[in-house]
Amino acid sequence: MTGRSLRITLGPVPYLWDGEAWRDFYFRIADCAWIDAVTLGEVVCSKRLHFTQPFIDAVATRLADAGKDVALASMAMVTLEREAMLTRKLVQASQWPVEANDLSALGLLSGRPHLIGPFVNVYNGATARMLVSRGATRICLGPELSLTSVAEIVGVAPETDFEVFAFGRLPLAISARCAHARAKGHSKDNCQFVCQDDPDGLAVDTLDGQSFLTLNGVQTMSHTCQVLLAELPALRDAGVSHIRLSPQHCDMAEVAETFAHVRDLRIDAAEGEARLRVLYPDVPFSNGFHHGTTGADWVPTAAERVSA
Amino acid sequence: MELICPAGTPAAYREAVDAGADAVYCGFRDETNARNFPGLNFTREELAASIAYGKARNVQTYVALNTFMRAGAERLWYKAADDAVLLGADALIVADLALMAYIAGTHPRQRLHVSVQASASNADAISFLVQSFGARRLVLPRVLTVADIAALAPKVACELEVFAFGGLCVMAEGRCSLSSYATGLSPNMQGVCSPASHVRYREDGDEMVSELGGYTINRFGADEPAGYPTLCKGRFHIADDEGYAFEDPVSLDVMEHLDALRDAGVTALKIEGRQRGKAYVAEVVSRLRQALAATPEQRPALLAHLRRLSEGQRTTAGAYEKKWR
Repeated sequence: MTGRSLRITLGPVPYLWDGEAWRDFYFRIADCAWIDAVTLGEVVCSKRLHFTQPFIDAVATRLADAGKDVALASMAMVTLEREAMLTRKLVQASQWPVEANDLSALGLLSGRPHLIGPFVNVYNGATARMLVSRGATRICLGPELSLTSVAEIVGVAPETDFEVFAFGRLPLAISARCAHARAKGHSKDNCQFVCQDDPDGLAVDTLDGQSFLTLNGVQTMSHTCQVLLAELPALRDAGVSHIRLSPQHCDMAEVAETFAHVRDLRIDAAEGEARLRVLYPDVPFSNGFHHGTTGADWVPTAAERVSA
Repeated sequence: MELICPAGTPAAYREAVDAGADAVYCGFRDETNARNFPGLNFTREELAASIAYGKARNVQTYVALNTFMRAGAERLWYKAADDAVLLGADALIVADLALMAYIAGTHPRQRLHVSVQASASNADAISFLVQSFGARRLVLPRVLTVADIAALAPKVACELEVFAFGGLCVMAEGRCSLSSYATGLSPNMQGVCSPASHVRYREDGDEMVSELGGYTINRFGADEPAGYPTLCKGRFHIADDEGYAFEDPVSLDVMEHLDALRDAGVTALKIEGRQRGKAYVAEVVSRLRQALAATPEQRPALLAHLRRLSEGQRTTAGAYEKKWR
């Protein structure tokens, strides 16, 4: 391979998992040789924090001891004073680099090294350059961007590390209202943490039975799982340095190994996809955003089109 | 409080001015603004003439450049900003950080308003935008309660504008890719949500089915009016139930909170609806103008009339009331 080798990162768990299950998930990740970096923390809903907070130091330390680059994510949407305080505390007190997922964290982190998460809108190279000038060292681009846009942005700030969302249900929207609680007859303020019943999200189908979206607390995600395996060479050629795997309720260490094997040309993309379909069954794959089309679409590789 | 009114056409602009707007917001006829619908928006000449019409009547013009600059095509947005300044816009409404930086650097005396699309929902985020780009006003995302706004206002060194009437975005604006997931066209990049080009209605027995990008968004019975398939106002199947997963097809109406919003420190009320006809604009603006001048006791009668103009004749105060969550 030419150029930089793609490094594999693991994004924050988007769902509400039981605290101990969450801890054990990361302990396994610490032992996974294929993952280079991990960004941790609650991004979606501040009400969930108490589930994982007791374990976060142990998890971060164990991951760092295993040689992973550890970062802590800020929340994607900060509206309450309590959430603003948490963000300030994270920025001030974290011994790990912070990934900004809201403009509040971005402002507070200005002037010191930090990461940019996919929830800060970076749609062009000018914005990327400005963020780099303020201290951003790695930018995870939003999954809505096409390869054409990714290549443009990376080309304008080639000295920076860029990360692209390569596996997982796509984060599509966030709301003040909790549709997940609402679907189960609760309000957000009295949600009784019903999202914990759905560790891989709650399916939203159309009235004609089409799989469509997934509820995850106040967040709406795709039903499909974005899979950029055949696209890895193009991403690397565009100058992307990191690919992000977003945790689903499946064996993410095996998912990472599959990505690493395709990256390293040990197996081809078609075999990698076949492995992923076993590891994460029953969920259709998509890569439409990457190809500049409808996000839910699956654009087959040239080889797949020939064999079809 | 200032009354900020929408104009999708020069005719609607004049109606808004004549009906009593303090300021009118509008955009160019391209992807630089978040209401990039066919047949809407302004050429440079139309904007120049409209601004002149407004200035002669002491009404301000805000130009929305509130999509995110497409990578490699930034010149389109920079040029739109330059032109809007040249044509005499009183403020530019902007969401993209690099476009804010460009305007602050190139046109430092130009009044900069931060669009709701920027999704700044707390004091630290707003302070960042004020300190970095000299933002003078911020349009708050529809995620805060009136009490949240009252707590926020004293902490920020800029004016606050809120949406008061019209369409309701259920999701935090500027952070929603639902439409591009289903259609390939994006509010953030192309300035369109649930675009008409991807809408289809079909009959299925007695039912009318509305689709967006091939996804069924709703089914309507024989005696039900078939509404437009805005994705987040659709009816879906979740667990064992069917229903409006995110929000019913309703409009935003915060008239009951006018005094509370003023007391909270809100500077300006924004009416949504650049895609609406001039008669709608005139009606909503004049009623709201009257309502702002009226006593709280007089208001319900004025506002009952407005409600009839709403989607499905139903309204909500949305996130402004805590119980909505």
